[in-house]
Amino acid sequence: MAEKSLLQNKDWCKGCGVCVGFCPKQVLVIENEKCVIAYPEKCIFCGQCELRCPDNAIYIVGGTKDE
Amino acid sequence: MTNTNCNEMTQKYYRVDRMPHIWCPGCGHGTLMNTVVRAIDKVGLNKDDVVVVSGIGCSSRAPGYMDFNTLHTTHGRALAFATGIKMANPKLHVIVIMGDGDSSAIGGNHLIHAARRNIDITTIVFNNNIYGMTGGQFSPTTPYGDFATTAPFGNIDKAFDLCSLAQGAGATYVGRGTAYHAPLMQKLIEKGLENKGFSFIEGLSLCPTYYGRKNKKGNAFKMHSYFKDNCVDIKVVEKNPEKGENKILIGEFYNSPKTEYTEGYQVIIDKFQK
Repeated sequence: MAEKSLLQNKDWCKGCGVCVGFCPKQVLVIENEKCVIAYPEKCIFCGQCELRCPDNAIYIVGGTKDE
Repeated sequence: MTNTNCNEMTQKYYRVDRMPHIWCPGCGHGTLMNTVVRAIDKVGLNKDDVVVVSGIGCSSRAPGYMDFNTLHTTHGRALAFATGIKMANPKLHVIVIMGDGDSSAIGGNHLIHAARRNIDITTIVFNNNIYGMTGGQFSPTTPYGDFATTAPFGNIDKAFDLCSLAQGAGATYVGRGTAYHAPLMQKLIEKGLENKGFSFIEGLSLCPTYYGRKNKKGNAFKMHSYFKDNCVDIKVVEKNPEKGENKILIGEFYNSPKTEYTEGYQVIIDKFQK
């Protein structure tokens, strides 16, 4: 299975900061009113950001659903 | 133009060419809309068999982004239209998405009568405690004492408990989740979809732009955290009643299937066709 990675759709992001607040590993930061994946190497793919992003602008790809 | 820069669920169930949606940054409606879509996916409904109906308001923009059979109707009348759809074709899975003003103010009567009939419609209310689209007027669910543009000195009306209202009116499945408790919300909607009868699920949403700003609730993350700290599941309160003091109750409140309306109607039709 392909390796997991955290991706983002900057066009849809409104910079609300919900993902930044919920991220347990401080992977995300707000820069110029948009979320930026600043430290992708720290990401543990918990899915908190994807679960609560109101704009479907951040998501995880790869891996299987059970992982 | 197809936008593929999003997850599989979004590509499958959303009209991505309509995105990004119009809701304000941090609005809880987007999160709740995702719970609806995930629940439909989990239950495994065919997209063509699902009809999503809405009225007017911020929440009612949701079906515009969802790739099912959708209908955006008049203020408060979503359930009236949905009743017509269900009666005309009882095989369809009819889902109604309404806001708090839509469902409990102008559409309050439709809500109680749809519940009384126990017609098989899954009603999901995105409750953000305010009329967001029109500029932050207080709604029937704005808590007592809270501020709104039309209540600059505090709201003197008492808020509706929508779940109790729906249950009292005859809904056979009633539950409440929040934008923070997204997995619970999804579970409630799944069970609501599976219930043959009127299911009412209230999703507490957040409006950082009007309700949040007027009441100094902080940013969207702080409003999510408020739900985290102040909501208690009904199952916990049943065991330890003191844990529910001054808290918002969430979870499955009522689940008691009864005869469904279109089935009752079919019995009458069959009687005359013999």
